[in-house]
Amino acid sequence: MPITYTSGEQIEVYRFSMPVTVGVPFLALFLQSFVPRIFPGFAIYFDLPLLVTIFFAMARRNPISGLFTGAAIGLAQDMLGPYPIGIYGIAKTVVGYLASSLGAKLDVENAGARFLVTLGFYLVHAAVYFTVARGMVNLTLHWSWKYGILAGLANAVLGVGLYFVLDKFKQRT
Amino acid sequence: MESVLGRYRNLTILVGVLFLQALGLAVQVKRGAEAGNTRLIRIWAVDTITPFERALVWAQNGTGDLWHSYFFLRGVRAENRQLKEQIERMRLEQVRLSEDAEQAHRLQQLLAFKEQVIVKTVPAQVIGSSGTDLSRSIYIDKGSNGGIKPDMAVITAGGIVGKVWVAYPSTSLVLLINDQTSGVGVMLEKSRLQGVLKGTPDGAVNLERVMSDEKVEPGEAVLSSGGDQIFPKGMPVGTVTKVGPGREMFLKIEVKPAADLSRLEEVLVVTEKQERNAVVQSTGRVRAADILAARLPSVPDKPAAPAPAAGTTAGEATATAAGQVAKVGTKPQTPGASSGGPGSTSAARGVPGAGQPATGEVLKKVVQKTASGGSAANGGSGNAAGSTPASLPAKPAAARPKPATADSTPQPAASADNPH
Repeated sequence: MPITYTSGEQIEVYRFSMPVTVGVPFLALFLQSFVPRIFPGFAIYFDLPLLVTIFFAMARRNPISGLFTGAAIGLAQDMLGPYPIGIYGIAKTVVGYLASSLGAKLDVENAGARFLVTLGFYLVHAAVYFTVARGMVNLTLHWSWKYGILAGLANAVLGVGLYFVLDKFKQRT
Repeated sequence: MESVLGRYRNLTILVGVLFLQALGLAVQVKRGAEAGNTRLIRIWAVDTITPFERALVWAQNGTGDLWHSYFFLRGVRAENRQLKEQIERMRLEQVRLSEDAEQAHRLQQLLAFKEQVIVKTVPAQVIGSSGTDLSRSIYIDKGSNGGIKPDMAVITAGGIVGKVWVAYPSTSLVLLINDQTSGVGVMLEKSRLQGVLKGTPDGAVNLERVMSDEKVEPGEAVLSSGGDQIFPKGMPVGTVTKVGPGREMFLKIEVKPAADLSRLEEVLVVTEKQERNAVVQSTGRVRAADILAARLPSVPDKPAAPAPAAGTTAGEATATAAGQVAKVGTKPQTPGASSGGPGSTSAARGVPGAGQPATGEVLKKVVQKTASGGSAANGGSGNAAGSTPASLPAKPAAARPKPATADSTPQPAASADNPH
């Protein structure tokens, strides 16, 4: 599972059709909202919109595209919740930017690399969310490494499977 | 400058986008999270997602109904649903009635006491959640078109669930009681201690604002107090599971919600409450002194003396006491005392003249006899004792048994002999 450093020429940049660009994030948001009705623990450990953000950002390898994808998905996620809009927006903007920047420099096509990258970005996302929610919105949150790593591992496992499915929608530029 | 921006173009855009979002967030926080201040953008987002959820739930239920109604057990499903609804209504009614019974004594002492009654509820189906691990909220399939408004209580037969946070046209966002921003006015069933129920970031529920010198036992039921003006008083909220020292002078009390908040399917939204005067049992007039006595600490009653006195009624005991006064003393000095029954009334009323002929010793006997004989009835001991202070050596009021009763003014309705 090595993360190999590759030159820009070696890394392929992908694009996606409009239905996939719109439909996949929408489906992720829908499932994130609906699945907890059947499996209550789902929302506690899994963040499908985050996984989709990471996938699109890493595949496109364009930081601007990545940050806007993250911002759009994050803001949409905020709109479905009771808290002020922008907490998830900021967190996913940062993740989208970092994921696309990383994707432009590293080959993260194999499962092992994706697992580690997803775990890392989950923690980054949680840290930014925690900071914004506490610092700006004054929500009472408690940081838990145990929970963060458990949820990160769960998302990483789910992410590896999800990326494998979403790879089918990639189009070479 | 341009070259710097061009060189760090990506970073500049990132900072710009983050700045805009932070600005928007700051504006929202500054305005405050008003439930009625629904932003159009939220409505769009919710209206985009919830129709699919509603369709999926409908399909899920339709498939289930088809199977259960026509292939599995025809008709039983519908009947079961009706019975469940009936049970829900009856449980609500039962809760209200049992709570009413608890309150009956207190209500008698309060004039024009108001109680809240659930008049109308709207059943709704849970179609989704906010989908985030930090906010505990659900979407239901009824909105402002169905008469739902923000801050309406959402309940199940098990207990309270939450309140309507935002009412969209066809759906509503319900903030659950275990969300960290929610707060419910509650009280403990036995001790009647009041506090605030708050959610925690990890989805647990704590009872706050209960002083550390209070005694709270695990297992005690928690009910809504009605103080938040959202949930009707007396609704089941949960059960105390753990009690420990908390911050500052307060206890840390963990509560298990009565309703299963993680598996909600159908809920009731309380769309109409009514405030009406409580029906007070007419058990006679109540003296201000009795109300005071109920609130003040008192010394426990002496154990009842054996034999005849134990069975006497209040009136008999008072009459006996008064009879002894008349017998031992020379002659009734008051017109009332000279006429048999009414004489007891004068003693009971504590008229100074009635006790004047008797010695302190005799009156002590009277008090003892009355206390033992009339202890079965509140009025008996109270009346006789009420006559003693005029002649007995003065005692501090707090040291007397039943202080308020002993110091009381005439009691009108307790004695059978009493013409009033």
